[in-house]
Amino acid sequence: MSILVIAEHDNAGLRPATLNTLAAAAKIGGDIIVLVAGSGCAGAAAAAAAVPGVAKVLSADAAHLAHPTAEDLAAVTLAAAVGHSHVLAPAGSFGKNFMPRVAATLDVAQVSDIVEVVSADTFVRPIYAGNALATVQSADPVKVVTVRATAFDPVAATGGSAPVEALAAPAASPLSAFVSQELSTSARPELGNARVVVTGGRALGSAEAYASVLEPLADRLGAALGASRAAVDSGYAPNDSQVGQTGKIVAPDLYIAIGVSGAIQHLAGMKDSKVIVAINKDEEAAIFQVADYGLVGDLFELVPQLVRELG
Amino acid sequence: MKILVPVKRVIDYNVKIRVAADGSGVETANVKMSMNPFDEIAVEEAVRLKEAGIATEVVVVSAGVAGSVDTLRTAMALGADRAIHVNTDAELQPLAVAKLLQAVAGREQPQLVICGKQAIDDDANQTGQMLAALLGWGQAAFASKVSVADGRASVTREIDGGLETVSVALPAVITTDLRLNEPRFASLPNIMKAKKKPLDTVTPEELGVDVSPRLKTLKVAEPPKRQAGVKVASVAELVAKLRDEAKVLR
Ligand SMILES: Cc1cc2nc3c(=O)[nH]c(=O)nc-3n(C[C@H](O)[C@H](O)[C@H](O)COP(=O)(O)OP(=O)(O)OC[C@H]3O[C@@H](n4cnc5c(N)ncnc54)[C@H](O)[C@@H]3O)c2cc1C
Ligand SMILES: Nc1ncnc2c1ncn2[C@@H]1O[C@H](COP(=O)(O)O)[C@@H](O)[C@H]1O
Repeated sequence: MSILVIAEHDNAGLRPATLNTLAAAAKIGGDIIVLVAGSGCAGAAAAAAAVPGVAKVLSADAAHLAHPTAEDLAAVTLAAAVGHSHVLAPAGSFGKNFMPRVAATLDVAQVSDIVEVVSADTFVRPIYAGNALATVQSADPVKVVTVRATAFDPVAATGGSAPVEALAAPAASPLSAFVSQELSTSARPELGNARVVVTGGRALGSAEAYASVLEPLADRLGAALGASRAAVDSGYAPNDSQVGQTGKIVAPDLYIAIGVSGAIQHLAGMKDSKVIVAINKDEEAAIFQVADYGLVGDLFELVPQLVRELG
Repeated sequence: MKILVPVKRVIDYNVKIRVAADGSGVETANVKMSMNPFDEIAVEEAVRLKEAGIATEVVVVSAGVAGSVDTLRTAMALGADRAIHVNTDAELQPLAVAKLLQAVAGREQPQLVICGKQAIDDDANQTGQMLAALLGWGQAAFASKVSVADGRASVTREIDGGLETVSVALPAVITTDLRLNEPRFASLPNIMKAKKKPLDTVTPEELGVDVSPRLKTLKVAEPPKRQAGVKVASVAELVAKLRDEAKVLR
């Protein structure tokens, strides 16, 4: 058995979710080969080579992979996948975009968003917003799998020294082209792997209040800022801060939900957090059913108090 | 330009699902069914492109049991022109759906297919991307803004770090994200009109597609229940608990 792991990276280094995906690969067992597809991606390839347990790194370094399209990522993955029994990628917007193309081209199923490896062909994945867990077995010759990062503890980042081999990337696809990107710039930790997340809901009422109430708390705790769908839809917070079934999945040490009711779609994205705190003026709010510590009251009084109390 | 919109009938997002006692799946008897919310957004986008004079026809397609016809009628009440029901009682996994849609696209020759990004039952997030690969078309997944001109679609996509814009040659597959638009409600007259719009039925056999599942579901279980904790009476008590009991403060 051999497992090809498609690295999520920023050319200079690996994104944290890659280390979680490598942990899932290790549970499957077999040789682990990492594909780093990018442009000027020697740093990321070196980082992958330093991960203990990695047998080999394939580096596809090409100008057209600077902002790779799904078509180009699928093509280079298919080139690297020949002969491997498994192809794995993190289940973020990166992996979700191109992995189904890989699976369809190979005429195999994709197993999305696994949270457990039962055996080399059997995996557990959440369905219905995590309200049920399905154990599925694949009979396909190649298992194409995306991995929910929060469900696997990351492997160590250093200590290994795998060889790096160049892989010629197939030519750029004419089907689609990158035009531009607008990345959220923030000095805060990334939502996906922050130790603490402070999330605001509809109750914040405005973008100004979302910022003025939540930022001091996030600053004090070194937290990432998250939002419910309602808060994002109302324009209080950027789209990529949505936590939930159809947004980001997070599992920080501490999750503080402020003015969030706790709809199942929201719980789907945060209920595996280690410690959950909820602040809500409605003592019946569903969020209290998953909260370790609940505080009933007006967030506009309680959050500033909390910041003061934390000192 | 013709637009094809695949719509899936799913358990309504408001229903609290129950896992079947025998672990075979979730209870679907007497449960409210609706159109997958992302597909409502897809229908809305297609109808807006028609209203803007860019599209000429909006065709909706749904694969599944007889009840899928209700979903197709809803889509037509929202403005789709006609519907295709791929009638089957078989369990359909995303690869099989993508193959059915590929066959339908072969017959219909749309310039654009707009799927939802994710069905809220299987949470697979695969079908649109798979369909694009099978057709050999370009894709733009997780769209939050779409504009079509000169044989291309310019699509702003929701990605983990923010937004990305791609330009994709038509024909192409787009999948919708939540912020693409706000779907309209079907008016009563439009619901009545939708009953008279054309609806064709085909079967997977007629389309020449083998829909056998590739993944075998061994078991469906409830996730471990998280225990509700305690309510604290004050901010001071909360901070004390976080510091001394949970030990999550630094
Ligand atoms: C297809 C689909 C996908 C979805 N995906 C997601 C998703 O990924 N993530 C997500 O979050 N949602 C998602 N949703 C939406 C979800 O169903 C809920 O509508 C949403 O989570 C509600 O957001 P909220 O809790 O901020 O707002 P509300 O439900 O309106 O809750 C606001 C809460 O604030 C409390 N409150 C009000 N004022 C105060 C105050 N002054 N102080 C303290 N508390 C106060 C209220 O008691 C209430 O509990 C999705 C829905 C659909 C249909
Ligand atoms: N049975 C189906 N019939 C029609 N369209 C479907 C069906 N299943 C999935 N789709 C489409 O594919 C999208 C993604 O579904 P999935 O890959 O299952 O998450 C949905 O939003 C629909 O647009």
